[in-house]
Amino acid sequence: MSIRGKACIVGAYEHPTRKAEDKSTAQLHAEVALGALRDAGLTRRDVDAYFCAGDAPGMGPLSMADYIGLDRLKHVDATDLGGCSYLAHVAHAAEAIALGKCSVALITLAGRPRAEGMATGTAPRAGNPAQPDVQFEYPYGAAIANMYAMCARRHMYEFGTTSEQLAWIKVAASHHAQHNEHAMLRKVVTVEDVVNSPLVADPLHRLDCCVISDGGGALIVTSPEVARSLKRPVVTVRGAGETVKHQMGGQLDLTYTGARYSGARAFEMAGVRPADIKYASIYDSFTITVLLQLEDLGFCERGQGGKFVSDGNLISGVGKLPFNTDGGGLCNNHPANRGGITKVIEAVRQLRGEAHPAVQVKNCDLALAHGTGGSLGTRHGSATLILERE
Amino acid sequence: MSEQTPKRVPPSPTPDVSTRPFWDAARDGKLLIGRNTKTGKVHYPPRPICPFDDEGEVEFVPASGEGTIYTFSIMRAKVPYAIAYVELAEGPRIMTNIVDCDFDRIEVGQKVRVTFVPSEGDGQPVPMFTPV
Repeated sequence: MSIRGKACIVGAYEHPTRKAEDKSTAQLHAEVALGALRDAGLTRRDVDAYFCAGDAPGMGPLSMADYIGLDRLKHVDATDLGGCSYLAHVAHAAEAIALGKCSVALITLAGRPRAEGMATGTAPRAGNPAQPDVQFEYPYGAAIANMYAMCARRHMYEFGTTSEQLAWIKVAASHHAQHNEHAMLRKVVTVEDVVNSPLVADPLHRLDCCVISDGGGALIVTSPEVARSLKRPVVTVRGAGETVKHQMGGQLDLTYTGARYSGARAFEMAGVRPADIKYASIYDSFTITVLLQLEDLGFCERGQGGKFVSDGNLISGVGKLPFNTDGGGLCNNHPANRGGITKVIEAVRQLRGEAHPAVQVKNCDLALAHGTGGSLGTRHGSATLILERE
Repeated sequence: MSEQTPKRVPPSPTPDVSTRPFWDAARDGKLLIGRNTKTGKVHYPPRPICPFDDEGEVEFVPASGEGTIYTFSIMRAKVPYAIAYVELAEGPRIMTNIVDCDFDRIEVGQKVRVTFVPSEGDGQPVPMFTPV
């Protein structure tokens, strides 16, 4: 059964904070939940399905349903694919709605790594020794930044991609972030600024990395009947795909991502092609993340991502593929070290015509949101959504 | 950037019951990989259940220790280190560190061979690679 047209996003809310010193993680989850419900014109009494992932403190939906006060749940899902979990949640909510299990689904993400002083990308984490990969990776200092750096290095080796080309991705994000009053980094940067910033894990520089921020976001997914009874513009789920890519016993290839599969499935379900997409939210933990996913989603040929992102091609009003018009994870927000929900939220803003006027895409009726979770250098989740405005 | 002193001492791995032979072999200077007794396919990290085929048992066998660098990154930490995936002569690409060399001269495609570096605590040797 296809979920095409079976569910709609009617509520989307991004927490304005970027440093939550005076708020708990659970409180942030509750605040974004209420924010998204207000946006939709619904109340928590209407919620009959709840979705959260590993950022939710406690035992996922149990602790959060208790804390937020969700007492009419018929369906719960704590699928954790890292930062892209929330895109998968939208698809899973659509499936549950299509099956008649529920009609109003709430999805929340929140966290406060900045207030807690986490060295998000550079500190190797020991993890749970029962996790089978830990003993083969932790001794080598595997962190987030150097895993993505190894992907970048291999892409450079095979296809001649350059640091300057990667830098264009940050430049485009910064052009958008200047218009976002909540963005952590609002200064417009140049290619030179990026390549002259200190190396973190070469070939990646500090400005190739996303921000570390607190906050969160929430989404409300409903049946089309509920959506049409509300006052907000109707954004429909047209296509979805998800997968996991990993080392496969040592047969790994770091030059592509799971987007190759999740994207193909989403496009097939939606019955559209990359050239039809007016706006794209592309997961941007690092510049290389964007480049690889653009190739794998079919926006350009494999190996041509460097040329595709150059010369402002991702800047709204300038290039062919406006991306991450909120400034993305690279400049705006990467709450709880998970950028998935903000990808969906900005796509919804674009489809509603509610993005900042300086970055709003004209006649934006078809958008793509794509996420990666975990690490491209080892194992990662991948989830793609294609959304349309009715 | 040449390799600085002090050299990075890797944290100790935590073996489990299924990987104990791998870490014991490292103490004898051997790098083990998993091999399917029926299909002959090899994998890494080694595990008792073959990740490729439903049939056949897995035996842990020594690799030659020869390989080439598939990719790498120099972590610009207080004590810098070079993380890499090395493609073994037997096929698997494995996560490791490149040691005992000038980090600025590491290249993709470079030939390397295994060496064993003592980790923190009891000094459990960890397989790493150095340019040939």
